[in-house]
Amino acid sequence: MTRSERHNLVTGLLFVSPWIVGFLLFTLYPVGASLFYSFCDYDVLSRPVWVGTLNFRDLAADTVFWKALSNTLIYAAFSLPLGLATSLFVAVLLNCDIRGRSIYRVLYFLPSLVPLVASSMIWLWIFNGKFGLLNYGLSLVGLPGPDWLGEQTWTKPALILSSVWGIGNSVVIYLAALQDVPTALYESAELDGAGFWRKLWHITIPMISPVIYFNLIMGIIGSLQVFAQPYVMFNGAAGGPNRSVLFYAVYLYENAFTYNQMGYACAMAWIQFLMILGLTWAATRLTRSHVHYGG
Amino acid sequence: MIKSWSYRAVAVGLLAGGVLLAATGGCRRSDERTADGRIIVTYWEKWTGFERDAMQAVVDDFNRSQTRLEVRMLTVSTVEQKFMMATAGGNPPDVVGLWSPSVNVYSEKGALTPLDKLAAEAGLAREQYIPVYWDLCRHRDFLWALPSTPATVALHWNKRLFREAGLDPERPPRTLAELATMNERLTIVEIQRNGKLERVRFPDLTAAERASHQFEIAQLGFTPAEPGWWNPMWVYWFGGDLWNGRDRVTPATPENLAMMNWYRGYADTYGLENLRRFGSSFGNFSSPQNPFLAEKIAMVLQGVWMYNFIDKYAPTIEWGAAAMPAAGDGTGAPVTIAETDVLAIPRGARHPREGFAFIRYVNTQPVLEKLNLAQRKFSPLAVQADAFRKAHPNPTIDVFRNLAFSPAVRIAPRLVIWNEYAIEMNVAMDRVFSGLAEPGAELQAVQERVQWKLDRVNRRWEYTGSQRQQEWRLTRDAL
Repeated sequence: MTRSERHNLVTGLLFVSPWIVGFLLFTLYPVGASLFYSFCDYDVLSRPVWVGTLNFRDLAADTVFWKALSNTLIYAAFSLPLGLATSLFVAVLLNCDIRGRSIYRVLYFLPSLVPLVASSMIWLWIFNGKFGLLNYGLSLVGLPGPDWLGEQTWTKPALILSSVWGIGNSVVIYLAALQDVPTALYESAELDGAGFWRKLWHITIPMISPVIYFNLIMGIIGSLQVFAQPYVMFNGAAGGPNRSVLFYAVYLYENAFTYNQMGYACAMAWIQFLMILGLTWAATRLTRSHVHYGG
Repeated sequence: MIKSWSYRAVAVGLLAGGVLLAATGGCRRSDERTADGRIIVTYWEKWTGFERDAMQAVVDDFNRSQTRLEVRMLTVSTVEQKFMMATAGGNPPDVVGLWSPSVNVYSEKGALTPLDKLAAEAGLAREQYIPVYWDLCRHRDFLWALPSTPATVALHWNKRLFREAGLDPERPPRTLAELATMNERLTIVEIQRNGKLERVRFPDLTAAERASHQFEIAQLGFTPAEPGWWNPMWVYWFGGDLWNGRDRVTPATPENLAMMNWYRGYADTYGLENLRRFGSSFGNFSSPQNPFLAEKIAMVLQGVWMYNFIDKYAPTIEWGAAAMPAAGDGTGAPVTIAETDVLAIPRGARHPREGFAFIRYVNTQPVLEKLNLAQRKFSPLAVQADAFRKAHPNPTIDVFRNLAFSPAVRIAPRLVIWNEYAIEMNVAMDRVFSGLAEPGAELQAVQERVQWKLDRVNRRWEYTGSQRQQEWRLTRDAL
């Protein structure tokens, strides 16, 4: 390396130093430290004690851990496809040339601007077994509404239904992609006699498949990390009736900050990270042949 | 050109370093003294509203009396987590207001400063306090805090609803059997009879109607699930305990089993769905929709603080407070749960002696009485001034204070894992109440799971205990 090149390298490094320092201190160090602590008995206040794989072995024997994991996977299995399909459907509708389109777009995006804690409080009242709006609506058509938040059978469906509330961000991303689909393709298809569904299936979905894939990955990450809504609606560690809505991130948080078992929580965090990594890899493999990147 | 860019780059780098230092520089405080040279004592407290105002008045009095110190109180939400993080980060407040169940948890983790020496120097001793409150501040033979505003719990009853049910409004239940009988009298249900909706008292239902649970509860006498804050400790009213005081948890005892069956009995009698639906109609505790304040429930177990909420949201209801009945013939010592807010000094506080000067000030009789009069609680001291008693607005304050002296006064288990234990018990009780599990099997499952956790803690204590106690002694003696 010449002197000039070295000089340029130093200059460049100095320019990016705020990011590098921030990354090292606030990302890489905590990630590395959490890996170390996952092999320690650590309560934040006392010195960590190395316990090898004890935390991971304890997790394997922890029935609540498995309950939280299964709750999370069930929630993700339903809320993810529901969110993807609903947001795509809404985006397609909002992409149609209708009067007041901008207003509808704003209306659909607005809920995602409401803080999760505030919207959780609203959902608490909507799902109220006695005075809730949802049960009132069901009573109008002669259906007896369940105690959504009090019966373990209905707690997860309630949360899955309310997760659709926050699809605004996905809708905006889909809309951007939909507007990039060349209209010539639709015109050709129409000349060949294609209707709405054929155009959707053979043109729209293949053309926006990279965005669907992106939303899928973000959805996997988001649904496996769901925290605020169940935490607020079901009083944190209690996890609702029979722990039916004790989710992974809530149990992790409780271990870290209520029980002060930071080592145990770090082990949980690493398992969650590996799980998300694995699912993202699997999703990438499975969708590889269905995702088309245009030229 | 390169040279000028490199100067700029160095400047940018320095700027980045400066930003970083600024971001982390909060670790050193430069505002440790006031303009007139008084040492600033930082004090974090959880209270808001009138409770905060009451303590602020005490702080103001203290500051007026001082030429050397100035206490600055800050209301902090989720104070326990924030104080723990601040302590771990080496930048805690000088004084922190906690709850008594946290004392053993945070002292054992080394987050608090032992106060034995400072308390002894100040002439503070157990005999000056109601014993249970002094004991709540101790853990493993060290003193970690001093009480500020204490509490006990008692049965609150609605006299008007008693009168309407044909019961003596001045006579609350004294045994669990009386509680069950009165409960039925006080419970009103709505039921369809011959196509008409009728409103009847529970004892007026036929046996078939009771068994069918085909009614809706409009008013309930009592349910142990409301408010549910002390569910894991209901066993105290059955003469049982939750641990052996050393190394074993004991949820699967005959007393706990009797408690669990009693708890489940409410669902069997009134119907799980009916109770759930009725529970859905309750508003927040701190609101006029609180079921006791809205006169939907005639009896409820609550703490001394309940008077404040009655006074604020339902000042016209007629009510009384008495010891919650226990199992047996009602002749035993009254049972209650005692807890208290406490003031403690975090480990690593910059001004522990100065912080203790404030805690000592609060723990004088006039100040504790001023604070507890404003918060409408009772003093944790063994003696109280007549003027305090006469000025107290809560007409039942003696009930709560006398309960604190009862030989059967109980406290939450002094376990580091009490949080987890309580959650396990709550889940188990909910499962039993919902008919998802049998009491015996469920209590056995709690036993195994919580003992497993306690064993982990005990193993760690065996490893670190002597070293930790040595550290505590050194810290205590160095103050």
